Amino acid sequence: MNRTHSIAIGNGEPFPFVNLPLLPFEIFREQICQAVEEGAWIAALFAVPESGTDLRAVAVLAHKPTGALWFFSTRLSESFPSLTPDCAQAQLFEREIAEQWAVRPTGHPWLKPVRFHHSYRAGKDCWDRAETAPMLPAVADFFQMEGEELHEVAVGPVHAGIIEPGHFRFICHGEQVMHLEIALGYQHRAIEKALIGGPHPRTIHLMETAAGDTTIGHTLAYCQIVEALARCSVPLRAAVLRSICLELERLANHAGDLGALAGDVGFLPTASYCGRLRGDFLNLAALLCGNRFGRAMLCAGGVRFDMETKRIAEFSERFEKTMADLTTAVELLWQTPSIMDRFEETGIVSLEDALAMGLVGPAARACGVECDMRSDFPTGIYRFRNIPTVTWHTGDVFARAFVRWIEIQRSAAFLRDQIKSLPQTPLRTALDSLEPNQIVASLVEGWRGAICHVAMTDASGHFRHYKIIDPSFHNWLGLAMAMRDQQISDFPLCNKSFNLSYCGHDL
Amino acid sequence: MINLLRTRWSQGYRTIAYPNKPPVIPDRFRGRPLIDGAKCVADCSKCADACPTGAIVNLVSSQPQIDLGRCLFCMDCTEACPYGAVHHHPDYRLAARQRDQLLVNAKDESLPQVAALEAEIRRLFGRSLKLRQVSAGGCNACEADTNVLSTISFDLGRFGIQFVASPRHADGLLITGPVTANMKTALLKTYAAVPSPKIVIALGACAISGGPFMDHSEVNNGADGILSVDLYIPGCPPHPMTILEGFLRLLGRIRS
Repeated sequence: MNRTHSIAIGNGEPFPFVNLPLLPFEIFREQICQAVEEGAWIAALFAVPESGTDLRAVAVLAHKPTGALWFFSTRLSESFPSLTPDCAQAQLFEREIAEQWAVRPTGHPWLKPVRFHHSYRAGKDCWDRAETAPMLPAVADFFQMEGEELHEVAVGPVHAGIIEPGHFRFICHGEQVMHLEIALGYQHRAIEKALIGGPHPRTIHLMETAAGDTTIGHTLAYCQIVEALARCSVPLRAAVLRSICLELERLANHAGDLGALAGDVGFLPTASYCGRLRGDFLNLAALLCGNRFGRAMLCAGGVRFDMETKRIAEFSERFEKTMADLTTAVELLWQTPSIMDRFEETGIVSLEDALAMGLVGPAARACGVECDMRSDFPTGIYRFRNIPTVTWHTGDVFARAFVRWIEIQRSAAFLRDQIKSLPQTPLRTALDSLEPNQIVASLVEGWRGAICHVAMTDASGHFRHYKIIDPSFHNWLGLAMAMRDQQISDFPLCNKSFNLSYCGHDL
Repeated sequence: MINLLRTRWSQGYRTIAYPNKPPVIPDRFRGRPLIDGAKCVADCSKCADACPTGAIVNLVSSQPQIDLGRCLFCMDCTEACPYGAVHHHPDYRLAARQRDQLLVNAKDESLPQVAALEAEIRRLFGRSLKLRQVSAGGCNACEADTNVLSTISFDLGRFGIQFVASPRHADGLLITGPVTANMKTALLKTYAAVPSPKIVIALGACAISGGPFMDHSEVNNGADGILSVDLYIPGCPPHPMTILEGFLRLLGRIRS
């Protein structure tokens, strides 16, 4: 990596934006493609308006071997040669830039809107949609195949069951799925736009609700951003309590997912036990902070709630009971041949595809990708206590289920260890104002995978730009790939094995 | 098989005793904010200024109110008050039939009241209510805590309430989320597909007022004004017991 072309810096470490070299576009493109080829992963790629009508593109690449985040930047005009043909990881980021700023990545193989909103540059739109016309979600070209026996199945936005909206279009040959295209954007609430000019009283609540099932993950990523920009260090006890909450969130969701997977293959015992056990983990979060999703637990500078001795005892007792019940409930999955038959070799994603798409979290680790922000780019207490990364090699539904189960056990071990020895420090420190003209990226391993937030401050120390990238942003394409050559009846199972966020993607 | 039976035995019976016994609510649970007028200082509006959604209204007046439809139950008001005058009431019962009933007196412990459905509708739905859920920008927290009602812990089915896959099979809609611009059409079409008579339930701060997304360019500030709402369940997200209690009162299954 040519040092003059980029800034290499740690997770959650700010630097003055002016220090970021402004590259000619060709060099920018070449550097990113080369870095990805060398094993770096695109954590963020976005455009930000400069004075006048200019746009700057900023890329954040995570390089595991050095534990560094590489920042690159260039200037964008009305169009640019797309990176996607040489670097598939860039595909959705480029679509997002095209939609938000009406800048066309020429040569992009599938340039469609991402969230179906009007562009941020008045009067411009990559798809010539009139500013005054109502936006029609999912109305765009869909991939087509010709053939006498081919048919299309369209599902959503409103699905059966209590689930967020999205539109899925399958091209099938009989029962066999040839192609799945997923159109999202129904959940778009314009969160990023509302963050500009902040932090203000609503900012942290937008983080808590960016993806409500990942309240702790997103709020933690945000807290790391403001703490970095305010040059504030979080007291140790708060850091430990934060990691306890983050692991509890993982436990609740992984347990729920294993139950839902059992439900999708019609195995009711594990489905009903895990449904209840997921709630028990959520109730443990409520024991800590009064809310089952961890709302109000985290605040910039630390945490709001403590665990006194009596509460630790109650927490531990209930936690152990829940873990014991979870173990017997989940073990049933691996012991039942009819379940293994449905899980194994269903919805396979190859390691090559996973790397090319830049998948994250359990979905990537189930393909053998060794990535976990807690070990690769650790912050907080994870700098001192390592949780070994869990991988499996088969890339199928079984792998995505089994990786979750091993992760549950490692999170539980970590949690037991941490709760025994809470450091005796205060819970929070007061925050100064944010440093002006900085840029900082923050990575957190949420239960679905890497959460990335990037913030830039203006001359007054307010957010000039704030970018949120939920793990689902990377992984939805993985689900589409997993469905290739599968029976359409296996879609619910494959879908649940990813369990991606609609609102986290749509923001 | 032996393992299956052994596991079934060890998992035990897990359905809560409610409504025969009061539910277990966590001690740190935050219900409606309550302002202790005796501790208040004249012309102070720190709590209202800190509120992210403007839920504390008419503070500097003789009749300050809390709008439970906007409240995120988030502690920003309790933390902002230097006099310790604001705290959260522990009662989980927060649902209301009318939007204006969610405006409660800030200084007494009043809670909204849920009147049961009108006799004729109650005759139809009282013992069997099928709901279609529509997430219209919900963050998946309201959705998750609605889903949990169908688990063995709450066993919603024992009250005759069930979530169904098709609006054609439903007696009403349960709406979550601020109703995003991109979901409005789908919501209206789903509503139209539900046979009459039908009810509408707005669940969570978003569906009632827009919640944390209030006045964003891409949302409609909730279901109010789009559809006629029969039950409002406040919270961000509401506790499952708040939801269940609201349902049962609406159906006249519990009173007082």
